[in-house]
Amino acid sequence: MSEAALLLILVCLPFAGAVAAGLLPTHARNAAAALAGVVALTALLLVWAAYPTVSTGGVLRADFAWMPSLGLNFTLRMDGFAWLFAGLVTGIGALVVLYARYYMAEDDPVPRFFAFLLAFMGAMTGVVISGNLVQLAFFWELTSLFSFMLIGYWHHTTAARDGARMALTVTATGGLALFAGVLVLGHIVGSYELDAVLAAGDRIRQHPLYLPALVLILLGALTKSAQFPFHFWLPNAMAAPTPVSAYLHSATLVKAGVFLLARLWPVMAGTEAWFLIVGTAGLVTMLLGAYVAIFQNDLKGVLAYSTISHLGLITLLLGLNSELALVAAVFHILNHAAFKASLFMAAGIIDHETGTRDIRRLSGLNRSMPFTARLALVAAAAMAGVPLLNGFISKEMFFAEALSAEAPLGLLNVLPFAAMLGSAFSVAYSLRFIHGAFFGPDPVDLPHTPHEPDTWMRFPVEILVLTCIGVGVLPAATVGPFLNLAMRSVLGDNVPYYSLSVWHGLNLPLLMSMVALAGGVALYLVLQRRFRSEIEGEPLLRRFEGKRIFERAMVFLSWRLARRLEGIASTRRLQPQLRLIIVVAFLAGGLAVWARGPGPGNLPPSAVDPVLALIWTVGGACALGAATLAKFHRLAALILTGGAGLAVCITFVWFSAPDLALTQLTVEVVTTVLLLLGLRWLPKRIQVPGDGGPEVLTHARRTRDLALAVGAGGGLAALSYAVMTRTPPELLAQDFLARAYMEGGGTNVVNVTLVDFRGFDTLGEIFVVAAVALATYALLRRFRPAPDSLEPPMQQQDQVSAEAAEPAPTTAGPVADWLLIPFTLTRLIFPVMVLVAAFLLLRGHDLPGGGFSAGMVVAIAVILQYMIGGTAWTEDRLSWLRPRIWIGMGLLLAAGTGLAALGFGRPFLTSYFGYLELPVIGQVPTASAFLFDIGVFALVVGATLLMLVALAHQSVRGRRATSRALVSSARAERTRVTAGSD
Amino acid sequence: MELVVSLAIGVLAGSGVWLLLRPRTFQVTIGLALLSYAVNLFIFSTGGLRIGADAILGRGEVGTLAAFTDPVPQALVLTAIVIGFATTALLLVVLLAARGLTGTDHVDGRERER
Repeated sequence: MSEAALLLILVCLPFAGAVAAGLLPTHARNAAAALAGVVALTALLLVWAAYPTVSTGGVLRADFAWMPSLGLNFTLRMDGFAWLFAGLVTGIGALVVLYARYYMAEDDPVPRFFAFLLAFMGAMTGVVISGNLVQLAFFWELTSLFSFMLIGYWHHTTAARDGARMALTVTATGGLALFAGVLVLGHIVGSYELDAVLAAGDRIRQHPLYLPALVLILLGALTKSAQFPFHFWLPNAMAAPTPVSAYLHSATLVKAGVFLLARLWPVMAGTEAWFLIVGTAGLVTMLLGAYVAIFQNDLKGVLAYSTISHLGLITLLLGLNSELALVAAVFHILNHAAFKASLFMAAGIIDHETGTRDIRRLSGLNRSMPFTARLALVAAAAMAGVPLLNGFISKEMFFAEALSAEAPLGLLNVLPFAAMLGSAFSVAYSLRFIHGAFFGPDPVDLPHTPHEPDTWMRFPVEILVLTCIGVGVLPAATVGPFLNLAMRSVLGDNVPYYSLSVWHGLNLPLLMSMVALAGGVALYLVLQRRFRSEIEGEPLLRRFEGKRIFERAMVFLSWRLARRLEGIASTRRLQPQLRLIIVVAFLAGGLAVWARGPGPGNLPPSAVDPVLALIWTVGGACALGAATLAKFHRLAALILTGGAGLAVCITFVWFSAPDLALTQLTVEVVTTVLLLLGLRWLPKRIQVPGDGGPEVLTHARRTRDLALAVGAGGGLAALSYAVMTRTPPELLAQDFLARAYMEGGGTNVVNVTLVDFRGFDTLGEIFVVAAVALATYALLRRFRPAPDSLEPPMQQQDQVSAEAAEPAPTTAGPVADWLLIPFTLTRLIFPVMVLVAAFLLLRGHDLPGGGFSAGMVVAIAVILQYMIGGTAWTEDRLSWLRPRIWIGMGLLLAAGTGLAALGFGRPFLTSYFGYLELPVIGQVPTASAFLFDIGVFALVVGATLLMLVALAHQSVRGRRATSRALVSSARAERTRVTAGSD
Repeated sequence: MELVVSLAIGVLAGSGVWLLLRPRTFQVTIGLALLSYAVNLFIFSTGGLRIGADAILGRGEVGTLAAFTDPVPQALVLTAIVIGFATTALLLVVLLAARGLTGTDHVDGRERER
């Protein structure tokens, strides 16, 4: 396998696995776990396959040009350091997958869990093997996103939602800062490629923009690694399922921050600013985290704060500006991953088998789960830094560095003491974890009876604990080569001499270790009484809770500030907003005229035709009447609106636009029916004659609105007059006219424009119509009418009472023959209308017509049946009419026609045309655009019917609730009438 | 002719704007319908008012603006009519749902405080 392919597969495989896992059924726990396991192990094998190249100092690369002109390429790059981290990510990932299979309950949606976990693994792999800094920032944000998903996995609990949101807010904000920092860094270096950046260390450190770049990048790294003052998100992220904590908060997510610091260490470190910011943050975090950890009552809480503290230690080492400290930091990253992951898993086992993680309730588990107890004991001892375990060796290196580090400030003198203090705290909380959970009297009142977990659930812990012991006893033989490899790729030839061995002789660091151990034990004993008391949390520092500050800031930003700004600059009322829009539009038009002047028109107005003037006298009167009557006389207003619409329609015919007239006419009908259906659900509003007239304030408001309306109308009239008396610019029109037949194969230029030249616009439009129809449908499914609209209209009530008065009419009386003639006529007209629609559709490419108007005609034909025949009657006969299927088929056909062009090697929506000779009908234009038009037709039919029928059904539903009898009796009547007329 | 059409546009737009500023949802719906008539006519008129011009090409004909109507504003308006219908439908349903939910047909979902 080539290097490029290996790296690409390594990054893409987890994402592909995530998609596959996401597609599994909700409860396919074993399948999802098996899939995730295979993906993680394959990734691990791929990493291992890279070892031969990396171990000889080689670097694997894969370059894919993306936006070369901007210096942005998709670059993957794996040197020894990246290799080590990739191994950590995939290796611990595989163990976590195995563990999670047993940890997750059967009724959790486990495939979703593994989908997120794999996606996170992919993002993390992307971070460590990115060869381009912008790309690294991208993967960095992806890790924030997927950690959000993982932490919030149990989203039914508030803690999970809050914790996830907090983690995302903090780390993603840091990620944005990192992105900005990377851009500054790229500006300094002149390239975003990691190789170029790593080669430009001196230039970076001496550049005036060094400090901004440093601060921004550190903001990213320190938030991610939960360093003070951004540490507070990590403990709240413990609401995640424990496998997530074991993965994210031991080996991966939080290590991304220190990974980046170490990655950029050769070029960014070595300055006073670096030492001050990184060193201080690390020192404070180490002490604070360790101190708070002692007083946690939740097993995972102890581990969370201990993680913060150990990350602080690593950050502190990185801040010391010494190569040896860097080695110690990287070594400790590995050690911490091993013992912390196993401890999280152990805490999860305890939680899983006993039902609680509260140290005050747990005790004596040593007897019921002896094997787990031994494993946890060893891992905790490694965390405390007991000799012959891995934590001891990196701690010794830390002590040595604390003693010998060189830096400008007198602060350094306190470093050895701080190191010892932190270490003693660490011993104390490790003791608390072990002693509290596993020793003491037998536990009482646990939710479950404790017992050993499934063998395979314990297996990952065993592997990790064996690693702790192996590295602790034989460091040089086990981890030595890998560490050396990683350090060589970061530091090149500057790798200092360091010795990985257990025994360095009786020296000062060993003495410090002994003091810290003894101090920790003593501290634990002294604090016993406090642990048993009911007091929550740690003394002294409780008020400085980052979480509370964060929440207050969030409330201020997202609530109080937003509300205040809204109060100043906005309103929730619609009318002022609309008024503002109209005023601004008027001013914009007016200013343009004022600034440029209208200029003279070059076309003399043509003579006024009295017929059209008369039509518009009526049309204008209709519009004004609708405006006046819309409040109290809705039906009249609706009819008048239709009158104005007809005037518009005639105008289209008058000025040579048959297609528009056709569409306008059909749409007019459907719109009117739609609004008629809606009228029923609006409240009664009756004008009281002889009312004292509107109040003064209302009167003033109306006068103002009238002025606005007159202004807007007059402005638009003047504008259109100005436009019409000027020669229209020849833009696209000439081109369309010339090519409509020659290249589009149709003589109806408007239709060719819609389905061919601007087919993409039409495609977008029909998607909008489909979305609107579905939204309408969804809204109406939950429709609850207002109480005063519930009872059927007066006419229907009359009918019900009439039928009640004469229960079984013997002859066809007036009630039974209700609307008999229109009913018969509409049935006769239905096939005719469908034929008209087919005619319009078929000729659309060459003559006025097309998918839109044909679809509207079919919709009108169907809705006519509904109106006259009634819902029940129509649906008995037209049950094959499924609007949603029409919508779907229409969209598929239109989009499919467009895609088919790709199959012929042409761009999307390229059309083909010819003429087909059909018997009887004759020559039929068969452009591929015609298929597209059929798609439009089907969609228009489906969408229109869906909306109309959904609205019409509301009356049926309302009736069902109040008088079920009416529907069934009406249906009986109809059936009888139908039988009689057939 | 231009005068008649522009006056028509003005009257339609004025009535539409007046209704848009009214407090009842049905008034706003009718207002939008009237306003969209005005805007459609306006867009249509930008292509120039042509009486008796051909709208359909002959087979194999290369059309010119001298003999044919401008198809671009027409295509735009045709799209606008259909989209206008869709938005009217959505608006209607939203206002019905709002009326059911809030018990009032005021555009703000509650009556103005006096």
